[in-house]
Amino acid sequence: MTINLLLQNIANGLSLGSLYALIAIGYTMVYGILRLINFAHGEIFMLAPYFLYFGILIFHLPWWASTIVAIGLTAFTGMLSERIAYKPLRDAPRISALISAIGVSFFLQNLAVVVFSGIPKSVHRPIFFTKIYQFGEIRIQSTLFASIGVSIIFLSLLLYIIYQTKTGLAMRAISRDIETSRLMGVGVNRAISITFAIGSALAAVGGILWSLRFPQIFPTMGMIPGLKAFIAAVVGGIGSIPGAMLGGLILGMSEILFVTFLPALSGYRDAFVFFILIIILLVKPDGILGIKVQEKV
Amino acid sequence: MKKNLVILFIAGIILLTGSVVLAQDVVKFGVAEPMTGAMAVGGELCWRGYELALEQTPTVLGKKIELILVDNKSDKVESANAVSRLIERDGVVAVFVSYGSGMAIPGGEVANKAGIPLISGTATNPLVTQGKEYVFRACFIDPFQGQVMAQYAYETLGFRKSALLVDIAQDYSVGLANFYKRTFEQLGGKIVSDTKYNTGDQDFSAQLSQIIASGAEALFFPGYFGDVALIAIQGRELGFTGQYLGGDTLHNPVLIELAKDAAEGLICSTFFAEDQPATPESEKFAKLFREKYNLAPDAVSILCYDSYNLLVDAIERANSFDPVAIKNALATTKDFQGAGGSITIDENGDAIKPAVLVKIVNGDYKYEATVYP
Repeated sequence: MTINLLLQNIANGLSLGSLYALIAIGYTMVYGILRLINFAHGEIFMLAPYFLYFGILIFHLPWWASTIVAIGLTAFTGMLSERIAYKPLRDAPRISALISAIGVSFFLQNLAVVVFSGIPKSVHRPIFFTKIYQFGEIRIQSTLFASIGVSIIFLSLLLYIIYQTKTGLAMRAISRDIETSRLMGVGVNRAISITFAIGSALAAVGGILWSLRFPQIFPTMGMIPGLKAFIAAVVGGIGSIPGAMLGGLILGMSEILFVTFLPALSGYRDAFVFFILIIILLVKPDGILGIKVQEKV
Repeated sequence: MKKNLVILFIAGIILLTGSVVLAQDVVKFGVAEPMTGAMAVGGELCWRGYELALEQTPTVLGKKIELILVDNKSDKVESANAVSRLIERDGVVAVFVSYGSGMAIPGGEVANKAGIPLISGTATNPLVTQGKEYVFRACFIDPFQGQVMAQYAYETLGFRKSALLVDIAQDYSVGLANFYKRTFEQLGGKIVSDTKYNTGDQDFSAQLSQIIASGAEALFFPGYFGDVALIAIQGRELGFTGQYLGGDTLHNPVLIELAKDAAEGLICSTFFAEDQPATPESEKFAKLFREKYNLAPDAVSILCYDSYNLLVDAIERANSFDPVAIKNALATTKDFQGAGGSITIDENGDAIKPAVLVKIVNGDYKYEATVYP
């Protein structure tokens, strides 16, 4: 193997990992606050590029405006799914909400097949996103810089909301004890709605960036990225936002390096990723940056 | 009360005889295709072909033809279930399972056991018909297709180093790549990189970097056109300048729409070229297809259209709806003038027909060459 190939693949790994990281942040945030693994995250992620696509196609919006509308609509869909599918189950055992999330995931996926049809659609890419930067032999897509930039912006925004605002305080209180927070007069429903709106908006940004990097949208496009983001969140320590970013980068990098060193096994890279998940769960179930939570008796 | 019962009884009898009369006037063809799941697109393309054929030929031997569609959900097990359902519950005289060799293989297994003829329009894997006397197909098989592409790459295009990117989840892709590899190496060429992926993967950067580093002049990627579109785009982004080569799944206008400039110059083997009609039927089909769907005709639709007509032709020649008679008539099909070229069925139930090579030029498929078996 040449050094160039290795460097190119490190760039590829960063590029993929930064996208996983962005999706994983939304995943981990909802989990961190509600202790709910939102399996529909991948489908919310899939909806955003579709909204963007139809915004341009049907309403002839300029690209940037359509993006904003798409993110808004996706956030709203996320909130709506919480109201319909998770809120009535808030006091039920956690497993019920989990099953409900899987239901939402399948529902949205099949709805998309019916409404958008199964035929993949091509994505309009503004010129900036088709640019390739070349450093010697190494070629890097501009989406890498975009996704790193966007991730950093959203990470700081998120940390600001959670640690500096009143809503963030409510979120943190809910993550500790939902019952007590309610008794203390915290607007639980409102805070949870906002959590879902932010989580879904993050999924939307992830989905749009993903579709700019891999310019094709189809109803099942969110499934594997959603699962990978979940793994990234677990690897980094589910509930921890910096952990999700780290987990995403580690995952993307290890996937690419797996193919680099074992090209003959390249078809089994997903199997390899799920293998990592099992190992992490066995060895360090709290993840790399996870905090061990003491269960009160 | 008694009077009501009598009326009910009479009504029942009328309904019963009515449905019997109706059943006698209708002959059912079963269709088991992937209408949902990863290959939903293929199912949709197939259905267009059957639908158009039904419109053109709505009756056979004086009976109205009814198509019964069952979704096999892009799943191998579901495909077997769908075929048994069509045979046992709906009483179809024959079944079509076209899209995806992976689905046609178990479907054919079931139909063969039940003694009901099954025609596959587009499944090119040799295992589909192997050892099954009731299973036929309207297309050529992968050993031929792989050989044609390898020969073309080596002899006509003059490539000596080729790479493979294979979808390990598809029998079609694995089979075709193996036959390509065998011929290319026999001719004296070298497969410099043999990489794999899984249906629905979206990131191919690691495999493509590998391929580029290997110095391959051509990349053969027989796979689902959606995946291939992403490969083509990422390949060019990463700086691959070689020739893209593929199989019949890539003869699909959606591929060009998805991959845009990246698909330019791609060459694939297929069954027909619109600008070089093989038979008068091809022209007729292209015209009808454009009128009905306002789309360029694709290889999948045309072969499904052909398999429908192949069945109608066999029933007419057999002059019977008896499955054994239909099977025998299908097996002796000779020089049938299909829209996708002339079809002669060989002793395995496979169609003997030439392969047509097309190239994407200025966002359109252009005729490149015809290779006879």
